[in-house]
Amino acid sequence: MVTRRDFIKAGLLTVAGMAIPISALEMFKPEAMASLVRSFSEKKRWAFVVDTTKCVGCGMCAKACKLENEIPFEAEVQRTWVERYIQLKDGDVIIDSPKGAREGFTSNDPYGHEVKDEEITKQFYVPKLCNQCEKPSCVQVCPAGATYKTEDGVSLVDRSWCIGCGYCITNCPYFARFFNPVTNTADKCTFCYHRITKGKQTACIDACAFGVRKIGYINDPNSEVFKIISSKRVAVLKPEYGNEPHVFYLGLDQIVR
Amino acid sequence: MLMDEHTLAHGAYWTVKEFFTYPNEYIYWGIHIVIYPYLTGLVAGAFVLSSLYHVFGKDELKPVAKFSLVFSLALLIMAPTPLLLHLTQPQRSINIMMTPHFYSAISAFTFIYLTYMSIVLSEIWFVFRPYIIKQAQERNGLMGLLYKVLTLGSYDVSEKALHIDEKIVKILATAGIPAACVLHGYVGFIFGSVKTVPLWKTPLMPFIFLMSAVISGVAVCIVTYIAGMAFKKHFICFVPIKSMCKVLSYFLAIAFLLEGIDIVFHAYTAEEFWGIMSELLFKRFAFKMIVVQWICGMILPFFLLVLPRLSMLRAFVAASLVLMGVFTMRWDVVIGGQSMSKSFAGFLEFHIPFLSKNFDILKEGIIPAVGLLMAPFVLLFIFNKVLPVFKDIFTEQECAEAEDRLSQRLF
Ligand code: SF4
Ligand code: SF4
Repeated sequence: MVTRRDFIKAGLLTVAGMAIPISALEMFKPEAMASLVRSFSEKKRWAFVVDTTKCVGCGMCAKACKLENEIPFEAEVQRTWVERYIQLKDGDVIIDSPKGAREGFTSNDPYGHEVKDEEITKQFYVPKLCNQCEKPSCVQVCPAGATYKTEDGVSLVDRSWCIGCGYCITNCPYFARFFNPVTNTADKCTFCYHRITKGKQTACIDACAFGVRKIGYINDPNSEVFKIISSKRVAVLKPEYGNEPHVFYLGLDQIVR
Repeated sequence: MLMDEHTLAHGAYWTVKEFFTYPNEYIYWGIHIVIYPYLTGLVAGAFVLSSLYHVFGKDELKPVAKFSLVFSLALLIMAPTPLLLHLTQPQRSINIMMTPHFYSAISAFTFIYLTYMSIVLSEIWFVFRPYIIKQAQERNGLMGLLYKVLTLGSYDVSEKALHIDEKIVKILATAGIPAACVLHGYVGFIFGSVKTVPLWKTPLMPFIFLMSAVISGVAVCIVTYIAGMAFKKHFICFVPIKSMCKVLSYFLAIAFLLEGIDIVFHAYTAEEFWGIMSELLFKRFAFKMIVVQWICGMILPFFLLVLPRLSMLRAFVAASLVLMGVFTMRWDVVIGGQSMSKSFAGFLEFHIPFLSKNFDILKEGIIPAVGLLMAPFVLLFIFNKVLPVFKDIFTEQECAEAEDRLSQRLF
């Protein structure tokens, strides 16, 4: 005989028991998706969209970035760069990024070997920059706390505090970091934090004539990045590292490294 | 100021890239990050050796106990220098202590280092106390003054006091073993936790480092002890050396096994990076890894040590080979790990700088590296003037007795 008391007890237990797996699901929800459903007022979070299908490899972004952020132009380090992927008919893939593409891709001879058009099955360009990860492994390992993540999701380096151990550089899966040859400290793309926080676009976005790059709040329903990320098929680079990158790519291919 | 100072990216000078590597990709961790784990490894190994006498009562190691203890201090003092030289802003190293970020493995360095340093220093003081007091009472002049300071005002050499000393030494030596393991296992953790480098990213890393630390530490003690005693023209009793060789051969076997498991596992699971890793192991680093590190640095010395009728010369050669092997292992891990591009589609080659007008390049070169590797021996030489470590030797008769005792024991 099931009394009412037993019934309530069992009911409560069932509910409590179910609550555990549901909360577990909540835990595994990718941060990027979670921020899409959170209301805007709760947390502003910068995100970036790169439309690889539109990129022509002119490298104006890489050039503009260097000038804007005062990284010596001739130094072989880049806050943003463009990679070229050439899929050949024989199955080989050629990847290159001469000078980080700051002078653009001007000839069809990666590493000095000409590639004939008829050998190619597909070819495209992939611009890269710091992914402003939700779980930045660079910030995790900095022994001096010289690199940190801001409230709105951008990781920055304090140049006056960095000791130059290079731990963060080694621990970024995307190699977005390098040593700034002038300050001799770790450096990387900041999403042009000095510009975006004043309502401007990043230097690379301004320089791109093809509308490849876009920035905005991921959780602002009116922003373009929100619209793209929530309605189109986007992908991120190397999700297997668990960094939860916040640069979303349209038209990413499996040969992209 | 050189013209190129500001256009030359850090790492670009000594890195040669091949195929597709990311534009910012260079060998950022150079020769000093090779030397740093090498030195801390020697510290840990030398200390463990001295503890074998103090804690585990291996009497036959008495002649080398003091020596290995003082030697581990000399090595320990030098251990942080490569780290400092590695930083691009060494003058800011204090920042680690001012705003330590505890999620970072490196931030614990000062804490672990100082703990260990205090254990070693106090153990040395207690071990040498009777000697220091005797010198303080007998000697005059500058040295006398030095010994008087070193006594720290305690002149009690009564039987009771000495007995307490002995107990304290035993406690310190015991506490020192886990501390030494942490000191070095932690270095392994620094590498093991770098998730972007497949060659480093294994939970076995701390243990691999620890075992190679012990073998290199014991080996350096064998080599230096034989050389030091020969230099001083003392009678060298073979018993302690034989015992060290035994320890060395045990740990060699474990170290080899661990490193082997790691590679076999990578090969068997054959993850995405195995393609590039196998090219590294069997082609680009094949000579360094397979020939120098494993065959000459582990397998050959193992057989030299375990084959019957071990001689002094054979022990010396085997230990030297182990030292070379472990150094190559550090090189292969640090440089080899970074040689594989994170794009898994290219390679980076490290060309160690020699001479350069640019200080940032010079300091990453061969000259400071050689200096750093010599420094512990210079320190040992100086320490030996104050705290003689080659004095506690067995006479021929004691040696024969020790041999007798040893032959009755299984381990
Ligand atoms: S992309 Fe690299 S540098 Fe940028 S936040 Fe992520 S881990 Fe850090
Ligand atoms: S290089 Fe600078 S920012 Fe990077 S981990 Fe070291 S101290 Fe931190």
